[in-house]
Amino acid sequence: MAQQAGWRSLPKGGVAFRLSTDYKTGDWRALKPVIDYNKCTKCMLCWLFCPDMAIVWDGENVVVNYDYCKGCGICANECPVKAISMVPEA
Amino acid sequence: MVVKTLPEFPVKKGEPAYKLWIFEPGEKKEMPLVFNLRQLAETRRPALLPGHRLCAGCAAPIVVKLASFAFRGPTIVVTATGCLEVSSTIFPYTSWAVPWIHNAFENAAATASGVEAALKALKKTGRLPYDHVDVVVFAGDGGTFDIGLQSLSGAAERGHDFLYILYDNEAYMNTGIQRSAGTPKYAWTTTSPVGSVLPGKMENKKPIAEIMVAHRIPYVATATPAHWMDFMKKVRKGIEVEGPAFIHTLSSCDRGWRHDTALTLEVTRRAVDTCYFPLWEWTPQSGYMLTDRSLAIARNPKLKQPIEKYLELQGRFRHLLKPENKHLVKELQELVDAAWEELLRKASNAPR
Repeated sequence: MAQQAGWRSLPKGGVAFRLSTDYKTGDWRALKPVIDYNKCTKCMLCWLFCPDMAIVWDGENVVVNYDYCKGCGICANECPVKAISMVPEA
Repeated sequence: MVVKTLPEFPVKKGEPAYKLWIFEPGEKKEMPLVFNLRQLAETRRPALLPGHRLCAGCAAPIVVKLASFAFRGPTIVVTATGCLEVSSTIFPYTSWAVPWIHNAFENAAATASGVEAALKALKKTGRLPYDHVDVVVFAGDGGTFDIGLQSLSGAAERGHDFLYILYDNEAYMNTGIQRSAGTPKYAWTTTSPVGSVLPGKMENKKPIAEIMVAHRIPYVATATPAHWMDFMKKVRKGIEVEGPAFIHTLSSCDRGWRHDTALTLEVTRRAVDTCYFPLWEWTPQSGYMLTDRSLAIARNPKLKQPIEKYLELQGRFRHLLKPENKHLVKELQELVDAAWEELLRKASNAPR
C-alpha cells in the first residue's frame, strides 16, 4: 500500500502563502502598450496609474513589464504627450 | 510552507521593482508623504503586488496603490468581501505586500476594531515593537452601503482608530452587476434592467459620506483616484487623526459601467467635472471644505459641465441619451444641481 500524505503536508487552511507574482497575468492582453522614448517626458503618470504595477521605473526610464500587463490602455489614455501607443499582440 | 522569491526586474537605481513591506522592530521613522513622482518611484513600492486577478482597467488596484503611497509606516490592511478581496487572494496566492486579514462580508469594520484593540493591548504591555501600527480597511460598496453598514456604524460609534476606504463601483460587480444601495438613479444593472417598463434603477443613491458625517467622526472625505494628489493627502490625514476616518472614493468598473477599459480614470474625472461626485472633506472643527477640482468649480462656475458629459461615456446610461428619455436626464441634472447647491451652502471655503 502506498504511503498516504498526512495532515502535516497539507497547506494551512485560510493562509495564503504564495505570492501572486508567480501568476503571470500578461497572457490576458490583446493590445500591448509600446512606449516611444523620443516623446516620453518621464512625467511618471503611467507608472502612478498602472493598475497592474506593470510599469516600472528602472532609474532612468519607465519600462513595461509584459509579464503582468493586462493591456487595459489606461497608460496610453493618461499619457499627456501621447507617447504610449497600443499595438495588437502579434 | 513554500517561501517564494519575488521576480527580479532589472532596476538601475532605488528600490527593487517588487518588494514586501518589512519593518525592522523598533523602527521609529515615519515615511514622508512625497508628491514628486520620480522620488516616489525610487523610494516607495505599492502595497499590492502584480499578478492579482482584477479585470483589466479596474480602478480598485489604483485606489489601493495610491493609498499605500500615503501610508506612514507599518500598516495592517483589512478587506471586506468584494472584487478586491476575491481577486487579490485566490488561494494559495496573495497579492498583498502588507499584513492582510479578511473575515466576512458584513464585518470589515468590526474586524478592524478587533485588530486595533489587539494592537492597543500589545502596546500597553510593551510587546509592540513599533510606535504606531495603522489599520486601513478597503471595502466595496456592497460591504459598506448595504451589508457592512451596521459594523461600520458600530465601529465609528466606539471610536476605534482606523481608516475606512470605500471604493465605490456602484453595484455588486463581483457577483455579476446586481444593484446595490450605491447604484445611482436610472443606471442599468442585471437586477434593475432597462426596458419598456423600467428605465433602470428607480431609487436614489444612499448618501454614505453624509451618514458618516452624521456620526461626528474625526475625518470624512470623498476622493477619486484620478485626482491622485488630493486622494493621497486625504489618506494621510485620515491615518493621522485619532479615531475613525472614512474616505469615499469613486472607483469605476469597466465591466459594470460598460465603458472602454482605457477610460477608467477619464470617467471618474468627468464625475467630478459634472459635480455628480464633488470632492470635499469634513472635520468637526472646520465643517465641510471643498478640495481640488470641486473648489475650482465653486470659484469659477463656468467649469461645471452638464451631466450628459458623464453619462455619454457609459453603456449603463445608454438608454438615457435616447430622445424619448430627455426628461430623465433633466431630472438627474436637477438632482445633481440641488446636491451641489446644498454642498456650496454648507462648505466653509465656498465663495459667497
